[in-house]
Amino acid sequence: MTLLDPTLTSLLYLAAAVFFILALKGLNSPRTARRGNLVGAFGALLAVVTVFFSVRLDNVPWILGAIAVGSGVAAPVARRVKMTQMPQLVALFNGVGGGAAALVALLELPHADDGWMRLAVVFTLLVGAVSFAGSAITFAKLQELMTTRPVVFPGLPVLMGAVLLAAVGSGAAVVLGGSLALALVLLVLGLLAGVLLVLPVGGADVPIVISLLNAFTGLAVAASGLVLGNVLLVVAGTLVGASGTILTRAMAAAMGRSVAGILFGAFKGNSTAGSTAVSDRPVRSSSAEDVAVLLGYAQRVIIVPGYGLAVAQGQHTAAELALALEARGIRVDFAIHPVAGRMPGHMNVLLAEANVPYESLKEMSEINSEFRTADVALVVGANDVVNPAAKTSAGSPIYGMPILEVADARQVVFLKRSLRPGFAGIENELMYEPQTTLLFGDAKDSLTKVLGAVKAL
Amino acid sequence: MMDGISLLTITVLAVFVGFEVVSKVSSTLHTPLMSGANAIHGIILVGAIIVAGQAAHPWVLAVALLAVVLATANLVGGFVVTDRMLEMFRGRRGAADKPPGKPSASGGPHAGGPSDIKAHEGKAPEGKGSVR
Repeated sequence: MTLLDPTLTSLLYLAAAVFFILALKGLNSPRTARRGNLVGAFGALLAVVTVFFSVRLDNVPWILGAIAVGSGVAAPVARRVKMTQMPQLVALFNGVGGGAAALVALLELPHADDGWMRLAVVFTLLVGAVSFAGSAITFAKLQELMTTRPVVFPGLPVLMGAVLLAAVGSGAAVVLGGSLALALVLLVLGLLAGVLLVLPVGGADVPIVISLLNAFTGLAVAASGLVLGNVLLVVAGTLVGASGTILTRAMAAAMGRSVAGILFGAFKGNSTAGSTAVSDRPVRSSSAEDVAVLLGYAQRVIIVPGYGLAVAQGQHTAAELALALEARGIRVDFAIHPVAGRMPGHMNVLLAEANVPYESLKEMSEINSEFRTADVALVVGANDVVNPAAKTSAGSPIYGMPILEVADARQVVFLKRSLRPGFAGIENELMYEPQTTLLFGDAKDSLTKVLGAVKAL
Repeated sequence: MMDGISLLTITVLAVFVGFEVVSKVSSTLHTPLMSGANAIHGIILVGAIIVAGQAAHPWVLAVALLAVVLATANLVGGFVVTDRMLEMFRGRRGAADKPPGKPSASGGPHAGGPSDIKAHEGKAPEGKGSVR
C-alpha cells in the first residue's frame, strides 16, 4: 500500500485540528452546539482514517478489532445511559482516555532518545495515571458505590506528600536513565496520587473535579503528542487542557468555591463534610391536597427543581404540573440554579428532555429578584441550592455559594423524601420556618398526587 | 516531524485558542462543553494506533491494543453522549415552536454558515485520501 505524502498528512491533521477548534466554538451556543459536536466527531474520524494511510502499520486486523471492541462497548452505553447518570459516564470516558495516554507513553519510553523526550513521557505517565485513578474514584462516588462524603484520615497529607516526592524522584530517574521498571513504579505512584487527590473531595464538588481531571487528560494527550512527534495530538490535547482549566474555574465560581479549596479543603477540615444527623425539631408537613390548594389559588408559582426530581425521573410530571397550573391562569417559571442536578447545566438538559419550554427556564440571576412577587416557591428535590446557610453561617461548608432566594416567596413548599440533609450534608434552616410546608415522599409520587389534586380543584 | 521550537510555538498558541474559545459560555452549556472536550482528547487513539502498528513484541502489542480499546471508548463514547445531551436542547426548541410537529433537521441556513463551508472544504481532501 502506498502511503500518503507527509505534507498531505500534515494538512489533513491540520484540518482535524481546525474541526476541533470549531467544535469547541460551536459548543458555546445552544443554537450551534449539536453541529459543533458533529464537526468534532468528523475531525476525529478524519484523523483516524488519516493515520491508517500515513504510517506503515503492522497488526492492522488486531487494531481494527480493538477499535470495534472499544466502540462496541462505549457507543451502546452512551446511547442508553440515563441522563441522571451521565456525569459518572463522562468521568469514566475521561478516565479511560487518561489511561490510554499513560499506556502510549509507557510503550514509547524505549524509543525516547533524549532527556526532553523522556520528560514528556514521565509527564504523560504521571498525569494520565492520576486522571485514570481519579476518574475511577469520582465514578464510584457519583454511582454511590462508595460514600459521597469526603474520605479523610490522619496522615493523608503526609502520605500524599510522600507519594508526590517518590513520583518526582522516580520521574527524575526515568528522565536521566530511561529505566522501564522505574516507569512502572511511576505509573503505580500516579494511580495512588489520583486516588488520594479525589478521596477527600466532598460529593457536591465532584463535578468540578471531573472537569479538572478532563483538563489533566488533555495535557497528558498533548505531552504524548510531543513524545510521538504528532502535532494533532499536541494541538488537541492543549486545547482541551486550556479550555478545561477555564471551564473548571467557571464551574467553581458558579458554586462560590475555589479550585484549591475543593482539592485541599478537607485537609484543613472545612470541606463539604456535613453530617447525617436528623434533627427532631418540629416541621409543618402537609397533604398533597393542601399543597394543590396552595398552588391552584396562587397567581405566581416558581418551581425550583433539584437532583431529587431527576433521580425520581419526575421531570415529566413537573412539566405536566406546570401546564395544569398555567391552564388555570397561573404564571409558572422554573428557577434553575447553576449547579442544580449533579453538574452545571445538568438540570437544563433534564427539563429540556421533558419538553419544558426554553422561556420557562430562568437562570438564577434573572429570577432571584422575582421570588418576592411569587405566592409559592415549590422546591422539588433540591436542598443545598436554597439553603440560607450559604449566606448566613460563615462556618458552613457551602458558605459563599450563591443560592436561590426562595425564602422571599410568600409560601415555600418542599417536596422531599425525608428531613435528611442534602448532598452536601448540611441542615436547611428554611424547613423549620413558619412559611414552609413539607410534603414527604418520592418526588415523582408527590408530584403525581399534587397534579391529580390540582386537576380536581 | 518538527523541531522543538515549532512544537513549543504551536503549543503556546493552542493554549490561547483554548482559553479564548470557551471564555464566555453560559452555565447552561458547561456540561455539554466539558463532555465535548472530553471526547476530543480521545484523539489519543491516533497515538495508540501508531504504537500498536509498530509493536514488535506480543507483550507490547497487547498493551498497545488495550490503549486502543480505551482510547476508542473515550472518543466514540464521548461524542455519542455529548450528542445525546444536545439532542434534548434541539427537542426543546422544536417543542416551543410547534408542539406536536417534529423539529426540522437543521437550524436554518443562516445558523453558522462559516462552519458549514469549512466542513465541506474538509470533506474533499479526505475523499482523495481514502481513494489512494
